[in-house]
Amino acid sequence: MSNPNVFKFPEAVRTRSRFRNPIGKFRVTRAGDCIACGKCVEICPQGVHVERRGHVFVENNYLCLGTDCPEACYKACPVYAISVRRNPVFDTLGDFRWTNELLASTWYMAEFGERPPAGLEYKVGNSGGGFDRLRLIFRKHDRSGLEDIPDDDIDVSLELNRRDDNAHRIKIEVPVYGGGMSYGSVSVTTMVSRTRAASALGTFSCTGEGGYPDELKPYDDHMITQVATGLFGVKEETIQRVRIVEFKYAQGAKPGLGGHLLGDKVTPGVARMREAVVGYPLFSPFPFHSVYSVEDHKKHVDWIKSVNPRALVSVKVSTPTDVDMVAVGSYYAGAHIIHLDGSYGGTGAAPDIAKKNIAMPIEYAVPKVHRFLQEEGVRDKMTLIASGGIRTPHDVAKIIALGADGACTGTADLVALECVRCQNCESGRGCARGIATTDPELAELINVDWGTQRIINMYLAWRRELIRILKKLGMKSIKELVGRTDCMVHLDYLKHQV
Amino acid sequence: MPSKYMIHTKTVPNRFKTVSKSGIIAWEEGCLKCAVCVKKMCVYDVYDKRGLDSRHMIESIDNLCMNCYRCVQNCPKELIHKSLNPEFNAMGDSHWSPSIIVRLWSQSQTGKIPVSGAGYPGPFSGPGFDSMWTDMSEIVRPTRDGIHGREYISTAVDLGKTPEHLMFNGSDTLEGNAPSIIDIPLPIILKVPSFGTISANTIKGWAMGARHLGTLIALPIEKVNYALEDMGECLMPLVLSKGTAPGNIPENAKIIEIPWTEGCQGIVEDIKGYFPNLFVSIRIPMAEGMEEKALSLARGGVSIIHLEGNSMSRFMDDTTRNLKDGIRSVHMKLIEENIRDGITLLASGGLAMAEHVAKAIICGADTVFVDFPILIALECRMCRRCIKGLPCPVEIDTASPQWVASRVVNLIGAWHNQLLEVMGAMGIRDARRLRGEVGRAMFFEDMDRTTFESMGKIEEGCKLE
Repeated sequence: MSNPNVFKFPEAVRTRSRFRNPIGKFRVTRAGDCIACGKCVEICPQGVHVERRGHVFVENNYLCLGTDCPEACYKACPVYAISVRRNPVFDTLGDFRWTNELLASTWYMAEFGERPPAGLEYKVGNSGGGFDRLRLIFRKHDRSGLEDIPDDDIDVSLELNRRDDNAHRIKIEVPVYGGGMSYGSVSVTTMVSRTRAASALGTFSCTGEGGYPDELKPYDDHMITQVATGLFGVKEETIQRVRIVEFKYAQGAKPGLGGHLLGDKVTPGVARMREAVVGYPLFSPFPFHSVYSVEDHKKHVDWIKSVNPRALVSVKVSTPTDVDMVAVGSYYAGAHIIHLDGSYGGTGAAPDIAKKNIAMPIEYAVPKVHRFLQEEGVRDKMTLIASGGIRTPHDVAKIIALGADGACTGTADLVALECVRCQNCESGRGCARGIATTDPELAELINVDWGTQRIINMYLAWRRELIRILKKLGMKSIKELVGRTDCMVHLDYLKHQV
Repeated sequence: MPSKYMIHTKTVPNRFKTVSKSGIIAWEEGCLKCAVCVKKMCVYDVYDKRGLDSRHMIESIDNLCMNCYRCVQNCPKELIHKSLNPEFNAMGDSHWSPSIIVRLWSQSQTGKIPVSGAGYPGPFSGPGFDSMWTDMSEIVRPTRDGIHGREYISTAVDLGKTPEHLMFNGSDTLEGNAPSIIDIPLPIILKVPSFGTISANTIKGWAMGARHLGTLIALPIEKVNYALEDMGECLMPLVLSKGTAPGNIPENAKIIEIPWTEGCQGIVEDIKGYFPNLFVSIRIPMAEGMEEKALSLARGGVSIIHLEGNSMSRFMDDTTRNLKDGIRSVHMKLIEENIRDGITLLASGGLAMAEHVAKAIICGADTVFVDFPILIALECRMCRRCIKGLPCPVEIDTASPQWVASRVVNLIGAWHNQLLEVMGAMGIRDARRLRGEVGRAMFFEDMDRTTFESMGKIEEGCKLE
């Protein structure tokens, strides 16, 4: 079946780390006893060892599978010159949610565009709840023959406008789009990389609330611009440029609180864009003081539609106890997309107390909203997007099975650009690795072409994994997975052991 | 409009180097002496500021390192590594975890709310207060913009019996006596912890801090002489052991606490005979039968009850039961008997983070005690060497009262701001309205069961991924 209008995905291109010593799980060292027989070069599946001019070197330490390797070089070496041990630097990385193995897996996907080899856990973290305790159920007796059909015949695209109105008909080719990261909290280079990747992948990226940099204007058709409580950089001109406008009522990382940009990051460029003063911290107040009811919210939606009649309106909200009422209210106010942002995600500066304690995790909010919209009879007319701690393609599959239509990611994009999650995005000159910084010298650590390809690679790997999951579940479209909690099991509620 | 309560803080340096989670190991052997060394390119200039603290043999570089890994990843000979610090993981215990300790240190030093980037790195949930999330408002309900005082949020609470109603005579004058209560500007009472190398200067410093904050400090009655007599107003002497006759009650003291015993109500009458204006709190261990004890005391006219949990936020007699459930149980018992509003419930036991204050109040407490955090504010590592008679690694007993007071004010100031954030998010502008508001909280057990309980069935031969 060939279709002349089919979307053409870009190819994965190997895109190496910016640093000369990528961090891997194991370290390989070779002793002086080496006789350069080349056995290790021959059998290593990861290309860790290279031979040059009669000598053998360890060149790709970070790719070593260590004790998980099916063809272990340290066993095959005739003179026992190779030793492999766990890398202690690796053990200092990561946390409960983004474990060191999830970080390394994401770096692998961003480099190669495919899922990592055995030995790296790329599906779940170690938080002890939510996504990390949910598992997809792959049954043996599922529809036969799906394993053999081409990947391109599995549909992972998503229609964003499900109303019968005159707004844009927008389909994204992967069920994920990029979350808001404002100019000022990340560098322009990072923003452009994400946007170019979204453009190449047939999906969207969001400006966040820091205004609309000129560098993004060539990609208007793949941008979401945000109207947030501080109204930084909000102009009719930017609203008219884009096809989707997002109202940010609350952000998962700062539920009930406004956005926060520390003074160090308010550079002259940021201040100009946000019409603020250099060096002073910026706060988006919470709430919109013009909104205290659904009727007030509708005035906001109508305002956007009067400025750009064909725009889709997305409403980004956090996850209070009555998040279901908020979602229905947004539907009746005329929104096309309800974007639930759980409390555990986020990339910008936020008080730790808010991230940990305020509002419910996305894993609880999505089923609640999905069920309530169904009961109200409007589920098919609204697109439900979820974010907040979605890190892997398996998280995407799980949140869709819980009831979302698609997901919105942020941190994963930054990890693809080699974020190590040191949690210092907000301090001093910002990110020392050049990702979330407004310092011009640090921002030069990332090249736009490099960043773009890294993010493209990661999402290509995600797409392939989603297709693999759908095949295993016997489904031909991601839409079949929405709300299918019967395709999942929670390990804490198992009726009997596997 | 009364004046707005604010806590002013300023940076108060640590006296000792802190214990960091990981350290830098930089080998010298094999160094290429590059013209542009990665150490010279450090964004945070960590290597330029390095020095060895000879007293503790802690490389100062570890405190300064911001974990960006650029030197680790850029050194041509891979001579720079990072590794985990076993001393860090050895600190504290399962409740007073290393990450809690370092957060308390940071707040005591800076007086600021902990802020970080990159989302929430911790576990999905945990025991006790970590199995609760607080609500927030959006669109259908207003929040309160309490940040930087744009909307005033009051954290003041009352101790004692608030009258059910007021009576006024014909000329609008209050009839009868004015209500007899103790007002404190925030729902936190300091409490001298049960261990630590605590000197007279330490207690004096804590008392100075309590006075500065406008709240009380609870301390064993035997140690009252350690503090200045003019501090009486902010002291809350504790009678620790049963059967001890209360003596040494300082002048100007407003409140005293005695333990629950079979005849404690008679003791209250005796105390009030000598000190008619003194409030008496009765301390009940959080254990089996506490609801009945609280009810009996309340009916007998006692208006302040202290529920005491252990230092790990658990029951005294059952470490599987959490403090929050105990508070809730007593609170609900008093509500069922229609006497809750006449009682002040104080709660203590292992409150370790600012959010525990808000959550304890949501569960039904009026005010909480803070004990070990004010010790950790003085750089305590919770190593418990002091219990064994060994010297304190951070010599808490040698700290000056002024330093102690400043550190405590910083810590409680940071906690107060975090309480404002939680209350503002909920749209609640008065701490008294927060009490018992479980409708504005979400509980892990309930939500997890509701959402996932049906996802437990699996057929034979299925594979899980």
